Amino acid sequence: MPDVTITVDGKKLTAPGGTLLIEACKRVGIEVPAFCYYPGLSLQAACRMCLVEIEKMPKLQTACTVPITDGMVVTTESEKVKQARKSMLELVLGNHPLDCPVCDAGGECELQDMTFKYGAADSRYMEGKLHKDEQQWSPVVFFDRPRCILCYRCVRVCGEGMDVWALGVQGRGVSSVIAPNQEDHLECEECGMCIDICPVGALTSGAYRYKTRPWEMKHVGTICTHCGDGCKTTLGVRRHDTGMQIVRGDNRDKSGINGDFLCIKGRYAFDFTDHRARITQPLVRKDGHLRPASWEEALEVVAHEFRDVRESKGGAAIGVIGSTRTTNEENYLLQKFARLVLQTNNIDHHRTADFPALAAALKGKDGATAGMRDVFSAPAMLLIGNDPTDQHPLLAWQIRSNVRLHKARLYLANTQPIKLRRQAAVFAHIADGGYAALLKFLAGDDSATATLLRDGTPRETLIALRDKIKAEPDLIIMFGAEIKGADVQALAAFAASLPKARLIALADYANSRGASDMGLYPDLLPGYTASADHFAREWDAQLPAQPGMSLAQMTKAAADGRLKAMYVVGSNPVARFDFDPFVLTKPFLVVQDMFLTNTAAIADVVLPVACAYEKSGTFTNSAGDLQQVQKAGDLAGVKPDFEIIVRIAERMGFDVRKLVPFGREGVRADMGQSRGAQSGEADRHYVWLKAQNLEPKMSPLDPQALFDEIQRVVPGYQISRAALFSGTEVRTHALTAGNGGTSAGTDLIRSSNDTLFTSGTLGRYSHALNSVMENRRRAPAGAAAD
Amino acid sequence: MPVVSEQLDNFFNEKMKEYPTRRSFLVPMLLYTQDELGYLSPDAISYLAQKTGLPEIEIRNVISYYSMLTMKPRGKFNVQVCTNISCMLRGGEEIFQHCKQQLGIGHKQTTADKVFTLEEVECIGACSWAPAMQVNYDFHENLTPAKVDKILESYEKKAAQ
Ligand code: SF4
Ligand code: SF4
Ligand code: SF4
Ligand code: FES
Ligand code: FES
Repeated sequence: MPDVTITVDGKKLTAPGGTLLIEACKRVGIEVPAFCYYPGLSLQAACRMCLVEIEKMPKLQTACTVPITDGMVVTTESEKVKQARKSMLELVLGNHPLDCPVCDAGGECELQDMTFKYGAADSRYMEGKLHKDEQQWSPVVFFDRPRCILCYRCVRVCGEGMDVWALGVQGRGVSSVIAPNQEDHLECEECGMCIDICPVGALTSGAYRYKTRPWEMKHVGTICTHCGDGCKTTLGVRRHDTGMQIVRGDNRDKSGINGDFLCIKGRYAFDFTDHRARITQPLVRKDGHLRPASWEEALEVVAHEFRDVRESKGGAAIGVIGSTRTTNEENYLLQKFARLVLQTNNIDHHRTADFPALAAALKGKDGATAGMRDVFSAPAMLLIGNDPTDQHPLLAWQIRSNVRLHKARLYLANTQPIKLRRQAAVFAHIADGGYAALLKFLAGDDSATATLLRDGTPRETLIALRDKIKAEPDLIIMFGAEIKGADVQALAAFAASLPKARLIALADYANSRGASDMGLYPDLLPGYTASADHFAREWDAQLPAQPGMSLAQMTKAAADGRLKAMYVVGSNPVARFDFDPFVLTKPFLVVQDMFLTNTAAIADVVLPVACAYEKSGTFTNSAGDLQQVQKAGDLAGVKPDFEIIVRIAERMGFDVRKLVPFGREGVRADMGQSRGAQSGEADRHYVWLKAQNLEPKMSPLDPQALFDEIQRVVPGYQISRAALFSGTEVRTHALTAGNGGTSAGTDLIRSSNDTLFTSGTLGRYSHALNSVMENRRRAPAGAAAD
Repeated sequence: MPVVSEQLDNFFNEKMKEYPTRRSFLVPMLLYTQDELGYLSPDAISYLAQKTGLPEIEIRNVISYYSMLTMKPRGKFNVQVCTNISCMLRGGEEIFQHCKQQLGIGHKQTTADKVFTLEEVECIGACSWAPAMQVNYDFHENLTPAKVDKILESYEKKAAQ
């Protein structure tokens, strides 16, 4: 709609006609109080806190429902308005207890603030308050009815936002009450959206309630360490005997790609950090048993053995398995350490998406990928495979919100009737294993239809799907691990045939994409680089010539006795790949982990690490959005993987400067010019830093020192530091700007199909996730509560 | 197997076509179902949830909003005595007290033989003939205690048939 100009409290402002008055006021920094209004949810007009005076309108109006029109003159704080708000508060407080000091929301309650501002502590009501005891609805959700002010935010966010519809309003008038879907308990996604959106202390969380006060915490915005979507979560931390304890997760500043959203994992599953089973001291195997040791001792054993094997058997006798939950800096460092220090190409990780195949297909095609934010705004979306409601909760939220708020069109093709079909314009329920046939069909091969059809999906649905997709002027295509190898190529080719299509490959874990971009592959260096030349030059070193072994090959080599040492960082291959644990007892095994996993239990040395919430660095989500990981918690005894790797290298007698560029004297290399600033022997890195206006970092333990190098040498990571450090996501382009090398071992790609309530090793040690799962086992789905 | 009679189920299927969205037909369906079953049982709620494609909680939300809908079994005859302003002025309170006494039950209670449920209700739109009461869908006006006795007696007989 065309812009209109209105006057609010004497200030002129211009905004598109039809903008809600309350939103227009925000633009000029005028806050109109509101309980029931919430941006992005349907309008309720239930609380009447937002009453304002509008000239030529006889009565006070609710700013949350009035669309602005040209020439409107508004007063938001007159005597009349104040009086009205005070009366509204008196009504709200009619049933509300006046005991803020013992309420969990005290100190961050919208009702408390309003009562303080408008002063309605006295009441003319003589009626008794309706009381009801507090109820626990699920391991996560608690409800204290008397505190509820009936704003219905929770009901709307659960229904409209989450599409769960687990909360309802029962009764009417003053005796209305919020009710859970199973009469006396909840069966839902346990996301906690309802709790965090509640303006008062009526809904509280099992994870946080009555543990602390908001002003006793320090708040650190960082990135969720669970799925591959990259939500920003703000962790509330508090001093503790052992360091800093994380007591709360929320998204208070809403500045992340996830806006309001967090699933149960980002909001509550930080609690693995203080699980009793956490290892806080290095363990070294002696007389067949893992015994506590000092860091000095443990690192010495590791360095000694690694050097020994390298010297006697060569680097090819050492294998390295990296993590999908360590930072980019750590992943880059690990593969550099493997190649330079251990002298081996045997490095791999748990692959959950075929990024290399996509990188090969999209090489040089600028703009062929989309970010997580784009999924909220694209006019059309196609999702093939995967079940985002379970595996990519943020992505599912983005898709639903885009359909609901922007009327975007969602096209779905899946072998399962996944929940997102409720939002789909066309849902093609295809036959099991039909993805390859689907891609053929999309490409125009009608003979493929026969193998695609499944009872209930008529041929016309498939035809409609293809026709509609082809007519879309701007489409985002998302796909799961079902599509790999040649199928990725076929899909990318189909995408290229459309007017505009951008792709997102979905991987399981917080830094799966980072592990891939940073080259945790036996046959790929960072940036999907197949040839060693580039990095040999950059690192001024000889890279091992022998081709590397994949995870599967390494296992085999371990069984054959060819692999003499293994270095497993933040991964649990024994559980994940059903390895025969005996195989891994043969080589000298070093495991870096937080817990005594199945793999750690059989190791020779276990090094206790800090998790992603206890260190800093960067993560790249599935869609290639790079974000800053900030240190929130702190636990005595553990070290970040970064530091451990550097220290092992140092003890092996390696010049650490060659691993992490720090200090002013870096690596000298021929810059290939005979004149000017870059002539002769110069420090490439130092010159680059100067050109970027960056300072050299002073410590080899500073991950940023290595991020400098990543930014300099990994194609697609040339990003704006200012944007990154301001706390927003920045787009990386390793898939399109990279070198497009492919990796053998497509068969190794498998999604672990985590659900909303599982999350690999971390999930096993999260009290929040376990209690939800246990609760479900006790109350079988669908059974009524009575 | 629908919880309601096949006839009613068919009727729902037919009527549903006349509504723009399935949920618009919910309140009439609730009333018809309650008339047939006497109350809205958990099975009836699941049945209607399926019919309308709504979650069960939404069905319960609606039921809880309307006092004429109930999730608890009622007697065969639901005696609703109005004590709102017009009726009150003309002896509605006394009529209600009289019913309590005669039936031996209070507000929202049901007799042991499950014949009567008593309810004190707001205006039933019969002010011109106050005091008034409604038994199921039948109205009885210009009441006196004696008249009430006769009315209750007639229902007692009906129940025995
Ligand atoms: S926790 Fe999430 S899914 Fe459960 S009731 Fe609250 S908003 Fe709904
Ligand atoms: S529980 Fe909280 S969010 Fe829900 S209606 Fe009550 S006050 Fe509003
Ligand atoms: S959607 Fe993924 S990234 Fe976001 S909070 Fe949940 S697990 Fe974390
Ligand atoms: S915010 Fe406008 S009525 Fe509640
Ligand atoms: S007041 Fe009793 S019928 Fe209207």
